Amino acid sequence: MVAIEINNLVKTYKTGTKAVKGVDLTVAQGDFFALLGANGAGKTTIISILIGLVNKTSGTVKIFGHDIDREFDQAKRLMGVVPQEFNFNMFERVGDIVTIQAGFFGIDRTNALKSSEEVLKKVGLWEKRTAMARTLSGGMKRRLMIARALVHKPRMLILDEPTAGVDVQLRFGMWDYLRELNSQGVTVLLTTHYLEEVQQMCRNAAIIKEGEIVRLDSVRNLNKLIKQETYVIAVKKMQPLSGIESYHPVVVDEHTFEVNLNRDEQLNDLLIKLMEHGFDITDVHPKEQRLEKLFLSLL
Amino acid sequence: MKEQWIAFQTLVRKEIIRILRIWTQTLLPPLVTQALYFIIFGKFIGSQVKAIHGVSYMSFIVPGIVMMAVINSAYGNVVSSFFGAKFQRNIEEMLVAPMKEWVIVAGFICGGIIRGLVVGALVFLMSCFFTHPTVYQISIVMVFMILTAAVFSLAALINGIFARNFDEVAIFQNFILVPLIYLGGVFYSILSLPPTWQNFSKLNPLLYMVNGFRYGFFGFSDVSVPFSTALLIVLTVVLWQVNIWLLKKGIGIKN
Repeated sequence: MVAIEINNLVKTYKTGTKAVKGVDLTVAQGDFFALLGANGAGKTTIISILIGLVNKTSGTVKIFGHDIDREFDQAKRLMGVVPQEFNFNMFERVGDIVTIQAGFFGIDRTNALKSSEEVLKKVGLWEKRTAMARTLSGGMKRRLMIARALVHKPRMLILDEPTAGVDVQLRFGMWDYLRELNSQGVTVLLTTHYLEEVQQMCRNAAIIKEGEIVRLDSVRNLNKLIKQETYVIAVKKMQPLSGIESYHPVVVDEHTFEVNLNRDEQLNDLLIKLMEHGFDITDVHPKEQRLEKLFLSLL
Repeated sequence: MKEQWIAFQTLVRKEIIRILRIWTQTLLPPLVTQALYFIIFGKFIGSQVKAIHGVSYMSFIVPGIVMMAVINSAYGNVVSSFFGAKFQRNIEEMLVAPMKEWVIVAGFICGGIIRGLVVGALVFLMSCFFTHPTVYQISIVMVFMILTAAVFSLAALINGIFARNFDEVAIFQNFILVPLIYLGGVFYSILSLPPTWQNFSKLNPLLYMVNGFRYGFFGFSDVSVPFSTALLIVLTVVLWQVNIWLLKKGIGIKN
């Protein structure tokens, strides 16, 4: 089953800006999919069209088989949305915000209260249910938006830059939660410009540039497109770098040097060679995220 | 349909919670303002004015002052609530949900009508401290109060849809609504005006609302009550359709 099917999607704003230029995209049910691109690439416009916040200029969009031109209500029932910016009433209580959203999805009050309790407990905000939303910390506000998006039990969760501006701890917590949701069968579509996020969580990704998809593939295949990768190697004591000249080593400081590995070269072979030459290796890590390298080469 | 009904109830509940949460802004100010009208126009100036259609001036202005409070409250509620939702972007909570446009319009309008009726009832009760108000026909009073609140709630929703900032929220209320109210026969009978001004006043829709409402209290009116009722119904239907069309097009709320 296909979760999202987009054909020749075009959006031209009244200002004349062509934000989306004939995008074709298919996201399978159960996928963890990323729309990756720089700011202004068109990611937010695409998901805003999916959820009904922006009217498309042309093209077709189907959500779990429901065409948004003809069956948008059915499509909306299957989606939960976590926008980039806080978009709840800061003067409402946490519990009310989630319960009201359930009501807007046609869930009667008894079930709305139950569902609201369930999701608030899940995101760790149950104790804050009577607090005004404006009194929550930034991380709590973001969790509130996730709870609100999940209260009607959607089959797909759409997140627009969910970890933009959040601290590392919260980011990891959110990643774990999203992985858990995905493992329960919820399709996840997220937009991000954090390549690490894509590499850590997503199975498939589309790279968007100026309103067009320039690469659409599995994250694994995208990683394979990298022809060469630079590794940073830390050692206890620097030795002459003879015998590994083919890796084009560059000394960074007295404990660190960088080497370049081609795709057909194995890191382990290099490490064995280094140990044979008497290097005491303390750390090895890639200089850049692989996708970051690809991303930069595509933009 | 049940889903839409639940969404409607939810929106109305949300509006009522909002009205009660900020009661010092929604319920109290009109009572203070209208009390001043009763004191200044009714007591101080009214004591110098002779009876109109056999009714004391203080009693004569009660329906107008109640109606003024209903109009301002209904209008203010919808425009501030809708624009507030746009400003904080929580209008998106409704747009991403499978809510029909008519549910959104009906929910906001009900919020406006409820606040209008509550404030109207409170102002009427307050008038008992100044005079002994009579009610000639309660059904007429209720019909005019509800329809007028509905018309101004719908007008306020259009204002809220188009408003891009707080200035544009206030412009209509300050520069169009208030003059129309004051020139709509709240404090006088248009029969006391020269014929030219009488004809000019008849172009003001507020005149028909205030006079229809006053008929419910005293059994007399400066204008035809059936015509006033029909005018209110036509305005309600037209403004309703305009709102539905605007929301369907996404004007002011979608890019």
